[in-house]
Amino acid sequence: MRKPFLARVTVLASVTCVAAAVTLVTAQTPGYRAPRGPDGKPNLNGIWQAINSANYDIEAHSAAPSPVLDLGASGAVPAGLGVVEGGTLPYTPEALKKRNENRANRLKLDPEIKCYLPGVPRATYMPFPFQIIQSQKHVMVVHEYAGAVRTIYMADQTEAPADSWMGWSNGRWEGETLVVDTKGFNDLSWFDRSGNFHSDALHVVERFTARSADTLNYEVTVEDSKVFTRPWKMSMPLYRRVEPNAQILEFRCVEFVEDLLYGHLRKQPSQ
Amino acid sequence: MNRRSLVSIGALVLGVAVLLSATIVAQVPAPLAKPKPAPAAKAPAPTGKPYTPPKTPDGQPDLQGFWTNSTYVPLERPQGVTKEIYTPAEAEAAIKAAADREAEQTEPGTTADVHYDFSQFGLDRSQSKFAASLRTSLIIDPPDGKMPPVNAQGQKRAAERAAARKQAGGQYDSVQNMPIGSRCIIMGGSGPPMMNAGYNANYQIVQSPGYVMILTEMIHDARIIPLDTRPQAAQGVRQWVGVSRGRWEGNTLVVETTNFNGKNAFRGASENLKVTERFTRTADDMIDYKFTVEDPATWDKAWTAEAPLAKTEGPIFEFACHETNYGIANILAGARAEEKTKAEQAKKGSN
Repeated sequence: MRKPFLARVTVLASVTCVAAAVTLVTAQTPGYRAPRGPDGKPNLNGIWQAINSANYDIEAHSAAPSPVLDLGASGAVPAGLGVVEGGTLPYTPEALKKRNENRANRLKLDPEIKCYLPGVPRATYMPFPFQIIQSQKHVMVVHEYAGAVRTIYMADQTEAPADSWMGWSNGRWEGETLVVDTKGFNDLSWFDRSGNFHSDALHVVERFTARSADTLNYEVTVEDSKVFTRPWKMSMPLYRRVEPNAQILEFRCVEFVEDLLYGHLRKQPSQ
Repeated sequence: MNRRSLVSIGALVLGVAVLLSATIVAQVPAPLAKPKPAPAAKAPAPTGKPYTPPKTPDGQPDLQGFWTNSTYVPLERPQGVTKEIYTPAEAEAAIKAAADREAEQTEPGTTADVHYDFSQFGLDRSQSKFAASLRTSLIIDPPDGKMPPVNAQGQKRAAERAAARKQAGGQYDSVQNMPIGSRCIIMGGSGPPMMNAGYNANYQIVQSPGYVMILTEMIHDARIIPLDTRPQAAQGVRQWVGVSRGRWEGNTLVVETTNFNGKNAFRGASENLKVTERFTRTADDMIDYKFTVEDPATWDKAWTAEAPLAKTEGPIFEFACHETNYGIANILAGARAEEKTKAEQAKKGSN
């Protein structure tokens, strides 16, 4: 009985382990069968959002002060138990050095600060909702943050024609689960605000499974032989935005970062 | 040179092709076409029977697929043209004239300072499919094919906006003074209303129960239109693309959009602009698209244009505009360098 055993381990882990040792805490509710869409597939349509602090750091972390003094407590980092299976990312020694440099220079380097596209899986657990629009040939994932969009090809699947921020996603159904295989990433996006990063060899396999009417289980396997010594996993629940008028709003953040990126090129009044 | 090209593209954001029984999906006549043109879709055969669109599994008329609103038909009827519909020969000549003007910018050697042109980093209209039409303008109402005159309130606002722009300084003084498209905030094609963007005028429509999503290739703009009867968002929610609400009227998707933020004023409209779009699939390879623009603060009368979407091939690739917007930084840096040189020359001259 694999699942009950895992569930027991999960309970044990959450009771006995400190933040550093994290297990997959979101094992699928056994036997839950999602409502079917008109095409007979599990219906994952909806507006979803992660509720955790993974966007600050996917590894376990304590609360920390704001990196920007003026923001005070409003900009401080909330603690998190981590979403990475095993607790620690299996970096190569050189990659770990780079992660630590990224972390130290986050205000200069984090692509989120520049309103760049977030990449995958980071887009999923940023503190913004996203909407799944599921049709037979294409499953669209539309994120509020920066208007990031993913097209998941359920038919007419091809290799990535070129590298991109959000990658090239091919999907398939495995019973209750939407499995999304994504490659063709550039090496510019991060996993979080803590400098965790990848190369253009990144290969992400995501598994979206309904665990109740209003929650999904989101499991991700990450492979990147240029940065990590082995594949690793993360997982978390995703929650439905159940407000009757919920909708993806505009977070067109380019405008918000223009002075940060180009302010030094502004004409000075004295000239 | 990119600055020039971007300015030109702005001027080219004129309009979209038109749908009539006369509408066909077409490409530039062979002598104009660049290498490897996409095959043109066939015009629907006139059967006399009304077209019945396919249905999605949940029973919506099916608009899904990849579409383009690229066109050579201008929004407003050209000066000197008095008819509503061209003869096929006249339409071909109008397309050729427009394509020649475009080629002048993009053919190597024809414009001295062009280094990279549209035909290299995008596909200009002659290189991709477009929805051709015999119409002389996209505007079908007023019947003269011209936008109605701007009323006193609209003129006052236009003057105030012009004064504010002047107050803000030259176009290259700061990023905020530069065109919104060059800043990668939004491109003309996103709408609403959806207008031919000049290049990459491609869209993907995906439907799920209760929603229609329209992805615009330019800056990966996805508009999600809810089809339930939910009320419009509160007036405090203002967006670059407004907030859209949709419904099916028979086989026609009707989308009403308000709550614009006024920062990308469509043809000088106020932030209280209302756009009503009507999408009707009239053939396997054609969606009739009409939009009506209402803004009593700008025009005394509503006006309507017809700008069909022709089927094209996918997929649509990620358009990460802002992330590699070297143009903005280089243009601003160039302007600062120019000022510095001028200041130094002035100093030398006065010594």
